[in-house]
Amino acid sequence: MLQAYLDIHAQALFSSLGRLARAPVTSLMTVSVLSIAISLAAGFYLLVANIQQLTGGLEDSNQISLFLKDQVTDDAGVKLAEKIKTFVHVQDAKVITKNQGLAEFREYSGFGDALKALDKNPLPTVIQVMPEHSLEEGPQLDELFKNLTDLQEVDFAQLDMQWVKRLYSIMELADRGVTLLSFILALAVLFITGNTIRLELHNRRDEVIIAKLVGATNRFIQRPFLYTGFWLGFSSGILAWIAVTVMLFILQQPIDRLSGLYDGVFSMRYLSFGEMMSLVAISSLLGVAAAWAVLCYQLRLTKPE
Amino acid sequence: MRNSLSTPYLPKINRIMLKFDHVSKRYPDAGDALLDVTFHLQRGEFAFLTGHSGAGKSTLLKLIAVMERCSRGQVLLDGQNLNTASDRQIPYIRRKLGLIFQDYKLLQDRTVFDNVALPLVVAGYSHFDIGRRVRAALDKVGLLGKEKKLPQTLSGGEQQRVGIARAVINKPPLILADEPTGNLDPELSSEIMKLFEDFQQVGVTVLIATHDIALVERMGHRVLQLDHGRLVAS
Ligand SMILES: Nc1ncnc2c1ncn2[C@@H]1O[C@H](COP(=O)(O)OP(=O)(O)OP(=O)(O)O)[C@@H](O)[C@H]1O
Ligand SMILES: [Mg+2]
Repeated sequence: MLQAYLDIHAQALFSSLGRLARAPVTSLMTVSVLSIAISLAAGFYLLVANIQQLTGGLEDSNQISLFLKDQVTDDAGVKLAEKIKTFVHVQDAKVITKNQGLAEFREYSGFGDALKALDKNPLPTVIQVMPEHSLEEGPQLDELFKNLTDLQEVDFAQLDMQWVKRLYSIMELADRGVTLLSFILALAVLFITGNTIRLELHNRRDEVIIAKLVGATNRFIQRPFLYTGFWLGFSSGILAWIAVTVMLFILQQPIDRLSGLYDGVFSMRYLSFGEMMSLVAISSLLGVAAAWAVLCYQLRLTKPE
Repeated sequence: MRNSLSTPYLPKINRIMLKFDHVSKRYPDAGDALLDVTFHLQRGEFAFLTGHSGAGKSTLLKLIAVMERCSRGQVLLDGQNLNTASDRQIPYIRRKLGLIFQDYKLLQDRTVFDNVALPLVVAGYSHFDIGRRVRAALDKVGLLGKEKKLPQTLSGGEQQRVGIARAVINKPPLILADEPTGNLDPELSSEIMKLFEDFQQVGVTVLIATHDIALVERMGHRVLQLDHGRLVAS
């Protein structure tokens, strides 16, 4: 009896696959549309994940940069830094002299040659102030910031945390955007698969009715259609994964080159094995769910006579 | 401990296969198709259902196969009240019936074998049982060797015999045929009817709706005659 049960499942699984293969153009078109929707979602997910990875290292930098007035010499800058170190709530203060700044800029910006054309170093002396870790936010940090700004050598001060915060909120927005987009695309997948199953059911109406007349349960009739839904979702998931991977592969070289120019800080992130499995599982599940919903509704309407 | 003096358990066998009890069927916009129909069929009986076109023959058969439900009265199949049968029970009720149609209702894109096997596949029989029983049924209707053919490549009489093989494959206690010989010449009709008589010989109850008065009279079985939805002779 169990053997017979398994036989029926295996038969339904492969006969539904066979049916899809017998109408290759239609099936291919459906699967293409589905996989475009799925790879859009996966692509955006990866885009955001990659940017997040890039910004992940900025977590701790709630440092304050003090740009000193032009006439302040490097020596005076070093003295000022020593003085700032004694301030309450300051953990460390580091001087970047005009020359160091220029060297760094030359190295990282790629504008080194252009800078040679200048006869005078345009960069100011900078002091990077590290507040204590506990000083995340709030009035104490604000007060420190104000005190530092008020120093007479300081031209202007910049709280680096602010743009990190801004960046993080943008990322959060992007993250939510991806979730929302995935949701909408999942709905699209549901509707497309559902409609395909509905047409298939319509085409096989006679078969369904005859099966019902010889005593088929709804469960029996549903089975091959559920498998059709599964195959559609499964193959679209696989195809979407291939599409996303190929796209990343094409982008790999220019990104590597770009990354090389920026000290190799960025290496591209592909879908992990787990993510790939979830992608295929979710799309298969969507296919089955769509088929199931349509069948629940349509089979009650498909009665003999 | 079991009391050896108590009455032994006996499975309840309904001597009455089919019972119509004051059954009426009204279609929403076509009036009464059946009116106060009462009769019953014993197990193993052979009966014809006759009447003019539109008399309600097909409607009566559809009530038995739960393709329609009656408006008044009761239909009892093998003791089970079909009025109260739930949608879930319908497939199992239909497995007790062998249904035969004038238009055969075969799957045109499946082989003869697959068509005949369908009721067994649906009921979850094993591959081995299916093969054996399909060949036995095809042998019975004289179509052994045509398993691999498609229905379109067969004659009308052969297609009807495929339909009959499918109807009897899971050994139903009741065979219902709606004008099974409507498209066949008299000689083929007689052959098909002889097949039905063979099934009756092994205890199957047979009910056949037909227009063919000559055939009915020649065979001399019980006749249920409908006239405008009323049973006028039984
Ligand atoms: N689905 C339906 N909806 C509405 N009216 C119907 C339906 N089926 C049958 N009828 C009506 O019920 C009556 C009996 O029809 P039925 O098909 O049972 O007759 P019949 O005896 O089988 O006729 P025939 O010999 O032509 O097949 C007819 O008047 C018919 O118009
Ligand atoms: Mg009729």
